[in-house]
Amino acid sequence: MALLEVKDLKTSFFTAAGEVKAVNGVSFSLDRHKVLGIVGESGSGKSVTAYSIMQILDANGRIVGGSIKLDGQELVGAGEKVMKTVRGNKISIIFQDPMTSLNPTYTIGHQLIEAITLHTDRDKKQAWDRAVELLKLVNVNEPEKRMKQYPFELSGGMRQRVMIAMALSCEPDILIADEPTTALDVTIQAGILELMKSLQDQLGMAIIMITHDLGVVAQLCDEIIVMYAGSICERGTAEDIFYDPHHSYTKGLLKSIPTVDMDDKKLEPITGTPIDLLNMPKGCPFAPRCDDAMHICINQTCDYVQINEHHYSACWMNVKEMMEEQKGGASNE
Amino acid sequence: MSEERETILRVEHLKEYFDISTGFFSSKPLKAVDDVSFEIKKGETLGLVGESGCGKTTVGRTILHLYQPTGGKVFFEGKEVKTKEDLLELRRKATMVFQDPYSSLNPRMTVSDIIGEPLDIHKMYKDKKERQERILELMGHVGLNSEHAARYAHEFSGGQRQRIGIARALALNPSFIVCDEPVSALDVSIQAQVINMFDELQDKLGLTYLFIAHDLLVVKHISDRIAVMYLGKMVELAGADEIYHHPLHPYTKSLISAVPVPDPKIARANKRIALSGDIPSPLNAPSGCPFRTRCQYATEKCAESMPEFKEVASGHFVACHRTEEING
Repeated sequence: MALLEVKDLKTSFFTAAGEVKAVNGVSFSLDRHKVLGIVGESGSGKSVTAYSIMQILDANGRIVGGSIKLDGQELVGAGEKVMKTVRGNKISIIFQDPMTSLNPTYTIGHQLIEAITLHTDRDKKQAWDRAVELLKLVNVNEPEKRMKQYPFELSGGMRQRVMIAMALSCEPDILIADEPTTALDVTIQAGILELMKSLQDQLGMAIIMITHDLGVVAQLCDEIIVMYAGSICERGTAEDIFYDPHHSYTKGLLKSIPTVDMDDKKLEPITGTPIDLLNMPKGCPFAPRCDDAMHICINQTCDYVQINEHHYSACWMNVKEMMEEQKGGASNE
Repeated sequence: MSEERETILRVEHLKEYFDISTGFFSSKPLKAVDDVSFEIKKGETLGLVGESGCGKTTVGRTILHLYQPTGGKVFFEGKEVKTKEDLLELRRKATMVFQDPYSSLNPRMTVSDIIGEPLDIHKMYKDKKERQERILELMGHVGLNSEHAARYAHEFSGGQRQRIGIARALALNPSFIVCDEPVSALDVSIQAQVINMFDELQDKLGLTYLFIAHDLLVVKHISDRIAVMYLGKMVELAGADEIYHHPLHPYTKSLISAVPVPDPKIARANKRIALSGDIPSPLNAPSGCPFRTRCQYATEKCAESMPEFKEVASGHFVACHRTEEING
């Protein structure tokens, strides 16, 4: 059984301007010890998917449909009491900006100990030892000294390491990382990514990595989900997505980033502007920006087409190709 | 790059120190840019990379005299920028595109007023009609519709706002534009649109760019040459491909090895050259070579003197005492 099973998840925000369907029918599963990458641009619903799993949505946000099963236990509608045993214990999350996620008025040690004593029955002394141990685990130098320091005394990379230590304090089964390195410099980012990979090998948790950076997912992830306007366009292994993309959006995304050896080749950007979530089109959300859009794309959403065992894509072009292949195959016989 | 091309901008020993108060009556200089020299040829794009706090933005701003240089000289089109008149001319021919398309546009001005403001200041038109025509022409250059002219900045997406900022930078027919992280705040698909637009505008209008960014793949794509900065000093300068495939300075090597490559096979095979420790505070910069505290090759000599920024191969400059030994 999959560790986490998300089925047809729908999350909306109810604003003065109307209902914003931030996540609109997302399904995926996550196995133990796997790293799942969720990529997409701003407004694609990647973070809201994560916040829905943790149920830490803003006050005007609500899960309006679908199910989230953790180890077989249903979390949608489970109530705050159950969620308190899940958050931190079974699923932890780290955020983009390590400065705003740490409390500036308490020492690092205070905040780590608080997390540990809240979730385990260690006393303060034991919690202190555990906190130092955790800081060592995430390669923070001079952990005893850091315990007595405040967040502003640490560098950005160091703060993110502290956040990871805090997230790991109860040995969760799943670590959700929401753009954990976006605010950091490349050399620091590389260090954090390496740390996450080695911690995963060591502790065996599953990671959901949410990012807009295709380079980061290429480096870290076993499986990748590509999101656009609240739904999943394509899902597959890293190799599937990068070397054999099937959805027009994934293809467009890969063509619009510079690669190492492209010399003076021009980038091929996706035309148009990002979608307005208040005015979603009837059919495929990407159709208005898609160069290959057909009549059917505008009127009807596409179901997932299975490309291979782990590779799915929701694009009418794939359906068309498959039909042509079948026709071609039939006429050859 | 042809040798005959004339130099549009030359910077000699540029210094920019900020006074940071360390007590009631005491202050200390923060050497944001310390003795940086380089030149840019006409029609070229020079990329400037480095991590936060390395002084890359300050270099761009000091060139335009948004900060008064503490020391050193800036030559623009062969003439040293000294007097107020020089400065006025520099400000007309050299403009800037800023990183944040949200905070760099005045929310209380319409698009046409934002783009027209530089025209007003430099009195670049005879009558209202000419002003309006010029504004619409500029909007056409950056792919904005003429009906957008009366709208306010908040009505636009990030990518479109950046287009407005670029149109404003183009208003005075500049020959040189400092682009300070112009695509960092944009989504991947929009980023590509804007990068291509920079390319096209360069071809069409014969512009020269100083392109400041931290995303190495973007910089490599758009630049002819790339300069790398660390803690206020320029450590390496070479052609874009040269610096990416044959970096000589230990810092550049480490920086390039840390770039997340969007290709799973390459990314997983990549051996990163890890750096120990954090960037030292520019208030307490190490003596000699600024990188020596984190450099695996550092010797006593590195602590004693700052290595000279010298040309080791044609067009490839590096500031390291041990270049020959390291790169064998």
